[in-house]
Amino acid sequence: MPFISVFDVLGPNMIGPSSSHTAGAAVIAYLAQKMIAPPLKKVDFTLYGSFASTYRGHGTDRALLGGIMGFSTYDTRIRDSFAIAQSKGIEYHFIPNETETDIHPNTVDIRMENAAGQVMVIRGESLGGGKAHITRINGVEVDFSGEYSTVIVTQQDVPGVVAHITKVLSDRQVNIAFMRLFRESRGNTAYTIVESDGKLPQEIIAEMKANPNIRDVVIIQS
Amino acid sequence: MNLDFKSAAELLASCDEGSCPISEIMRRRECELGETDRNTIEEKMALALKIMRDSALAPLNAPVKSMGGLIGGQAEKLTRHRQSGQAICGDVLSRAMTYAMAVLEVNASMGLIVAAPTAGSAGVVPGVLLALQETHQLPDENIIDALFNAGAVGFLAMRNATVAGAVGGCQAEVGVAAAMAASAAVELMGGTPHQCLDAASTVLTNMLGLVCDPVGGLVEYPCQNRNAAGAANALLAAELALAGVRQLIPFDEMLETMFTVGKRLPSELRETALGGCAITPSACAACGGCG
Repeated sequence: MPFISVFDVLGPNMIGPSSSHTAGAAVIAYLAQKMIAPPLKKVDFTLYGSFASTYRGHGTDRALLGGIMGFSTYDTRIRDSFAIAQSKGIEYHFIPNETETDIHPNTVDIRMENAAGQVMVIRGESLGGGKAHITRINGVEVDFSGEYSTVIVTQQDVPGVVAHITKVLSDRQVNIAFMRLFRESRGNTAYTIVESDGKLPQEIIAEMKANPNIRDVVIIQS
Repeated sequence: MNLDFKSAAELLASCDEGSCPISEIMRRRECELGETDRNTIEEKMALALKIMRDSALAPLNAPVKSMGGLIGGQAEKLTRHRQSGQAICGDVLSRAMTYAMAVLEVNASMGLIVAAPTAGSAGVVPGVLLALQETHQLPDENIIDALFNAGAVGFLAMRNATVAGAVGGCQAEVGVAAAMAASAAVELMGGTPHQCLDAASTVLTNMLGLVCDPVGGLVEYPCQNRNAAGAANALLAAELALAGVRQLIPFDEMLETMFTVGKRLPSELRETALGGCAITPSACAACGGCG
């Protein structure tokens, strides 16, 4: 059984009204925006299950848009996120999908497009109590929550890449808590996700990218 | 000393062994098992108290309409009523219910709150503790002790039962919040650890079976009223314990009972908005445009 902190009981500190529909939604979008280079130009949120049927009254839409702009679950700007997004020139749409029901009840697909024209699609699920996890990156099934400091490496699925990643981490004395490899199919794009207890040094980004088979490295500090 | 307590009985044994209050055992547990230190947890709890206080006081003079439009302005009305000298509940309960409802008003209008243990039940703990602080002129340090005490009770509920309305109904949300507040109030007012958990047990007994039936599926109505009811239940349970009234059923047994009853509730009465208050004709008429 995982450790339950006193601040899991008296917490999270959050913008209401719902830990699953508001705070959890903000967490998913916050994690998603870390995966694409700013500035964002356009975002589409496809909402499933309970998200699709109750998103307005729970402020799920404002929380998602706030998270996409980098607001935390306790950031009071979430309430005004429509106006803030408009002033930043971010185009956004909310698309409720009530036909697909064979899916976790609080799921969202976030399609992000940045000014450079890069597109990224992230799926997240809100688990209750403000906890959430990312379950897909560009169609590849993954799993991470951002509760630990996390490195997400986008790579070509060829031999030697994982060895390079672990060498960079061990050279920087990063203690690995969890490490998993996800791929769409053999030889194509793969993602290595490493979760660590401590803060991650920024230098590892350049050091990992020195390997030509590593296309992108993203760090999310806990 | 056992800091990794898994039941109220084990918690009480640790309190007896160390001759210390529940709040102290919870602090030691957090530092030991959470691999952190006293300064860090004191700072975090002081921040939680600040957010609680802000959310309990802001709507008294500046009411806000909720996102779903079902609530807003109740805390201001209660404050005016009390200030006019016409409150029939007495100072402590009048303040406690006002603050409890104020927090729900902030929550429902996308303001900043501390889930305690959930967003929908976030008003009960601050309502009770801030009311006692004001009426008894207690320093913040005592309120922070009380919050650690409340955290211990909520932890047991999360570990051994549930605090999700979708799993156990409102008794698991407002019921547990009120059990936390009752125990915290007893420690705050000088009661023993055994009296704290007796008070928590009393609340679960008195709120057993309460269903979760939010109108329009929103955390607004009757949630806000029930936070006031939770504050009242907490205060009466604490009063019983402080008066030396013992309870027949220990907290561990009541927690298990609450969980069993919760699982037996039909799904219509567990946060689906398909039963109870949510499907009354007036509720359906009121939320025609929401959701």
